[in-house]
Order: sequence, then C-alpha cells, then structure tokens
Amino acid sequence: MSPAKTTPPSGGFIPRDRDWQPDALTPGYKTSIKRSPQAALLSFPSSLSEETSPVFGHGLLGALDSDLIHNYAQPGESAIGPRIIVYGRVLDEMGRGVPGALLEFWQANAGGRYRHKKESYLAALDPNFGGCGRTITAEDGSYEFRTIQPGPYPWPNGMNDWRPAHIHFSVFGHGFAQRLITQMYFEGDPHIPLCPIVGILKSQDAVDALTAVLDMHRTVPMDSRAYKFDIVLRGRRQTYFENREDGM
Amino acid sequence: MVQKLDYLRESPSQTAGPYVHIGCTPNFTGIDIYSGDLGTVMKTGPVQGKEIVIKGIVFDGTGTPLRDAMIEIWQPDAAGLFASANETRGAADPNFTGWGRSPGDMTTGEFTFDTVKPGAVPWADGRTQAPHITAWIVARGINIGLHTRIYFEDEAEANAADPILSRIEHQNRIQTLLAKREGDGVYRFDIHLQGPTETIFFDI
Repeated sequence: MSPAKTTPPSGGFIPRDRDWQPDALTPGYKTSIKRSPQAALLSFPSSLSEETSPVFGHGLLGALDSDLIHNYAQPGESAIGPRIIVYGRVLDEMGRGVPGALLEFWQANAGGRYRHKKESYLAALDPNFGGCGRTITAEDGSYEFRTIQPGPYPWPNGMNDWRPAHIHFSVFGHGFAQRLITQMYFEGDPHIPLCPIVGILKSQDAVDALTAVLDMHRTVPMDSRAYKFDIVLRGRRQTYFENREDGM
Repeated sequence: MVQKLDYLRESPSQTAGPYVHIGCTPNFTGIDIYSGDLGTVMKTGPVQGKEIVIKGIVFDGTGTPLRDAMIEIWQPDAAGLFASANETRGAADPNFTGWGRSPGDMTTGEFTFDTVKPGAVPWADGRTQAPHITAWIVARGINIGLHTRIYFEDEAEANAADPILSRIEHQNRIQTLLAKREGDGVYRFDIHLQGPTETIFFDI
C-alpha cells in the first residue's frame, strides 16, 4: 500500500448544529407528534461507517434525467406550466464545491398534483409530466435541471393548510453522515410564512436558506426563467488528535 | 469586533413527505422514467461472505406501522471494506454496492434488504467495531433523517467490545439495535420511532 493510501484524507464530520436544524417534535406539523423520538439522540464522533458513501457515476444518468419538461412526455409533447431552470452548487460548510454528488428531485405538476398512487387531490394529472429527475454535480459542485414550476397544494393538517410551491431534494455527499433531504421554495411565495412545515425552521435565516432566488441573468428570453438554489452539506474536520489514546 | 468565522451553515432539513417514492423509488409508484429504482440491488454478481436478508417495519408512537417511510442502509462488504471513493484500505468486493434503499410495502410497511453480513470496521483509535450496518430513516412527519445502526444478536462477543455499544449508559436499550435471527441468514430489525421500546437514534 502506498503512503497516500494509509493516510486518512481528513478527519471526521463536523457535528450537525442541532440548534439550527429543525427539532423532531414540531406539533404544528401534526404527523411529527407520533413520529418523533422522545429519548435524546446518542452522540458519537463519525467513523468510517459514516465517512464513506456510495459512488454514483455519470453513467447512471439518462439523457433526459434532468429535464422534467420532457422526461415523461410523449414524443413532440412537453409538460404544461411555467418553464424554469433550477441551478446552483452543492457546497460543504467550508464553501468547497462537492463534485460527484447525486441529486434527486421530485415535485407536483403545475396544478399541485403529484403522480402517486396515494395522492387524491382533484387537480388533474398532466399526461406529459412525471415529476422526478436526477443529476450529478460537476467538478465545481454545480448542477442544473429544467422543469415546470410546481403549484401549491392543500394537505390534511390544519383545516385550510396549503403547501407553498416547492421541489423536494435528496442529496448524497461523500460521506453517509452528509445524507440530506430538504425542500426548495420560491422567492416571494406568500404561502411560505403560513406553512407549518416551513414553520419547523427556527429562524428567518433558515427559511431564506431554502428559498431560491429568481435570476434574470440566467433566464433564457422567450424560453425559461431561472432560479438559483445552493445546497450546503456538512464539512469535515482536520485530522489533529485523531489517534490519541482515549479515542474520544 | 473580533474576526468572523466564515463557515457556511448546513442546509436545513425538511421532511421527505408522503411522496418521497416519486423521486427516490419512482418505479415503485408506477413512474418508469429510469430503468430501475436505485438501491434495490446490492449484489451485482457472486459476492463474498454470508448472504443475509434483513426485514423490518418502522412503527410510530402508537404502534402503527409506517407505510410511507424510506429506509436506506450503508455497510461494508464481508471483509469490512466500503465500496466508496474514500475507502483507502483496499478494494471492496466488486459485486457488492454496500448501499440499499427500500420503501416499506404500501400495505404492511415491511422493508427488505437482500445483502451480506458486514465485516468489522476499525474505530478511529484502532479498536474494532462490531459488525454493523448504518441505517437512515425518512418519512412524512420526520423532519430530519434518523440515523441508527443495525448490529447482530449473534455477535455477542464483538458487541460487548464495540466502542459505541459498550459506552451506552442505558444498557437495557442496546437490544433495540440488535437484529434478531429469524432463520438461517434471515434477520428482523424493527424500528420504533417513539415510546418505551424506542430505537436508539444517533447524532453521528
């Protein structure tokens, strides 16, 4: 084994800031009441089990995987709704781009209807819209995909609760400790401050961190508007003291 | 005013919601854009080591099975090596991905992983961790993914020496992390989100 192979690339993951991340129990979002652990989380420094993660090569991707306007459409057809580009970078807490990160995204159609067996909202399905896509970040951590802007939809929480327009994101970094699922919202949506799921976030800064901004510079005239959405994953420490005797 | 630390903040988590399958296991819900669902096949050829099946159900605080959860596992091969870009100790079994993803059955909630028994992995100080699988649970009502570990009840000696299991104050809760033998190569690992039999979840 070469010396490079025996030297750990860096230290463990920086602990998650639980004062910033949402709590498990958030009664305004009713389903969390019986799905939240009551015991404290058990804290341990990450080990190889959390510092490694599966690799997804670009060969995984089909030609239309990042084009939701066309990836479920009949030939010559396209999904109905406001055409948008969503782009940004996946970064770590040090601001370094995260290359090779698999992003999966899913959303409702322009009328707020999901293509799912358990969804029963009366808004119509779009026969040319499936609602899922995926991509892998480039060397600098950048990504982009095309879709239609999803509509708000009602959900059985309070008597008149509506989700803001949103796109769900699932993100893989380089360590399983970075695994993250979140949601992207759209600048200026008046449903954002009304939503109990947004309401689990602990500060306006946290809400803003999940709100994509309209970018007219990246907007393609007569074609698609553009929204920028950066995603930040946990970073890793340096290795000092990693091998000290007591191990903690 | 002292200097500022200029770290970025991790993106806040949000629930995966009830329709996580559309994005992560689309074929499972009838959307056939991709050729198959990622994570359903962990063995891409003949694998080294003991082949096992892990089954389980995620229960909420009322004892009701979750029928809309998504469970992911991440583990080393039988030799304790990860199929990861940052595995520096050697080459992992080329026919084993180490990563699995399972939606619970839409009626019963039961998830299944067709995998191999993991080998042991070192702790940072060189001690040996007992064989274990990292598990991650997301669902409607879960605001941030829950990390836990699947250990094996038939590895008593290794479990007793495990750096994490041996440090847990509530030793009576350790059994919540042990997969129970149901037959040759078949283990059950039920997950209880809340209540007296609550699974231990990690901040790791």
